[in-house]
Amino acid sequence: MARFIIIRSLQAFIALIGIIVIVFFLVRISGNPILFMISPLSSESEILLLQQQLGLDKSYAHQFWIYISNLAQGDLGESFIKRIPVSEMIGDALPNTLKLGIPTYIIGNLLGVALGVLAATRRDTIFDNGVKFLAVLGQALPGFWVAIMAVLVFSVHWQIFPAAGMGGIDHYVLPVVTMLFFMLPGMMRLVRSTMLEVLDSEYVKLARIKGLSESVVIWKHALRNAIISPLTIAAMMLGALIGGAVITENIFNWPGMGKLAVEATIGRDFPVVQAITIIVAVMVLGAMILVDIAYAFVDPRIRYQRT
Amino acid sequence: MATIIGIKTKREFRGLTRWGRIFRNLGMILPVIVFVVLIFTAIFADLGWIGLPDVGLAPYPYDETSLPDRRMPPAWVEGGSTKHLLGTDTLGRDILSRAIYGARVSLSVSLLAIAITASVGTVLGIISGYAGGRTDAFIMRITDIAMSFPPLLLAILIAVSLGPGFFTVIFALSVLGWAGYARIIRGETLRLRNSDFVAQAQIIGTPSWRIMLRHIFPNILNVLLIGITLAVGAMILAEAMMSYLGIGIPPPMPSWGSMVADGRNDLDRAWWISTFPGILIGLVVLSGNFLGDWIRDKTDPRLRQL
Repeated sequence: MARFIIIRSLQAFIALIGIIVIVFFLVRISGNPILFMISPLSSESEILLLQQQLGLDKSYAHQFWIYISNLAQGDLGESFIKRIPVSEMIGDALPNTLKLGIPTYIIGNLLGVALGVLAATRRDTIFDNGVKFLAVLGQALPGFWVAIMAVLVFSVHWQIFPAAGMGGIDHYVLPVVTMLFFMLPGMMRLVRSTMLEVLDSEYVKLARIKGLSESVVIWKHALRNAIISPLTIAAMMLGALIGGAVITENIFNWPGMGKLAVEATIGRDFPVVQAITIIVAVMVLGAMILVDIAYAFVDPRIRYQRT
Repeated sequence: MATIIGIKTKREFRGLTRWGRIFRNLGMILPVIVFVVLIFTAIFADLGWIGLPDVGLAPYPYDETSLPDRRMPPAWVEGGSTKHLLGTDTLGRDILSRAIYGARVSLSVSLLAIAITASVGTVLGIISGYAGGRTDAFIMRITDIAMSFPPLLLAILIAVSLGPGFFTVIFALSVLGWAGYARIIRGETLRLRNSDFVAQAQIIGTPSWRIMLRHIFPNILNVLLIGITLAVGAMILAEAMMSYLGIGIPPPMPSWGSMVADGRNDLDRAWWISTFPGILIGLVVLSGNFLGDWIRDKTDPRLRQL
């Protein structure tokens, strides 16, 4: 098991290095940030000075060496535009994103499992068809469009919830619902289908024959075995959620990582873009490892087969 | 509860009438109709490509503005007129026409991106699964990288570096999209590699490329087909998202996503600008997903989900 965890972590580390290298050179291909900061009247020497201050006068290899050695010490660099440490900007933005992401993730997982299980156990009833309908619709409608329609109905027409910005609890409703649109449908579908498979298995039939109560059969015997694939999707949902955060924060003008990411990329604020990409990649890779380890714990077959 | 302890209930044995069969296959018939109609309108929006720019299905050119008619509601709403069936946008452009041209952009971008991602992913997946060892490890690490990159951020980066345009969008959508195919196809290939027919082919000395092409590829076709149909929806959504963020096809060329974005500042006085393109996106994604599910149910019950 230890060997398995070490190998998986090493693989993830290699992937992370790859991402750091790619994003470093990619942002530098995307255009010279100096052009966004100077006026047509700036003199040659001013431009040179600016380049020196930002460290852009050195060769790419040299810049990369400086960057990677700072990064190894946990220094993410300084924003080109705001001239404050990137870690400070992320320290401001990340909590705001988590304030949306954590409630969404919890609600999405609970609701996804509950609705999926209930739909599977009530197969072909109105409830089941309702859940299927919601899931299919949720996967088909674009999240940003749903958010706009929600603003139209709840903010413009009925004026129940505010259309944008941070604030009291009422500011959270529309963004969280929008984010749920990015993760709940997939979750419900997967829980329902794996649950149907498990309910059809021999050990569930045996549990029924033994005369165990229906709720024990479903929530204890069946759900435990059905939860393995939702584990993967719970990790995959992290990716969906990050994409969802970019869209949601930009629609609702929420000062989080997603909004920061779009602004920094368009303004060629290299250190910020690099930092955000690395943080997101660490989160996704970390989730992938956790899932693999969780799999190995739950299912011994994987433990022996993969190492 | 359909089956308990393996006893089939009556319903599962009952044969289907003709209407029942048609109803059963609505999951295939309706999406195909949607796609045929949309592709037809996209191609015949105007006949400019055979030298007849004035003939076509779109009542107006996509960039014809008419300021007196701006923000005109759809025909059935008070103040609307049959001149503009779905109303007009902030610049007085006909929404129906723009939606028809938008189909051209949205469908061609998504289909091309799918063609690229599916081919690259399939080739890499088969090689990775069949070769195994270091080749496999190498390809899978690259796949890991591609899968842990935030796709939207990379798309924005690519759009700002290459400048917005048709091929930029396709490139941005394709650059990570192959990884999902590579993963699935590799898994299938691993399963097939140990099967008897592959072993027999190896024994008679068939070259590796031939085994991959003639023996493995045909057997992963249905998984690939399911992946492709299900990807139609995802690609349409991704393209719409890019256009919505303003990094898609540059204006005035309409895409459904940018049309939704156009109406976002006019929600309080012109709801129809954002609403109709959004419904179209939903319809296409829904059709793609239904078709994918239908093919999966028909060809590979093992993968059945909903």
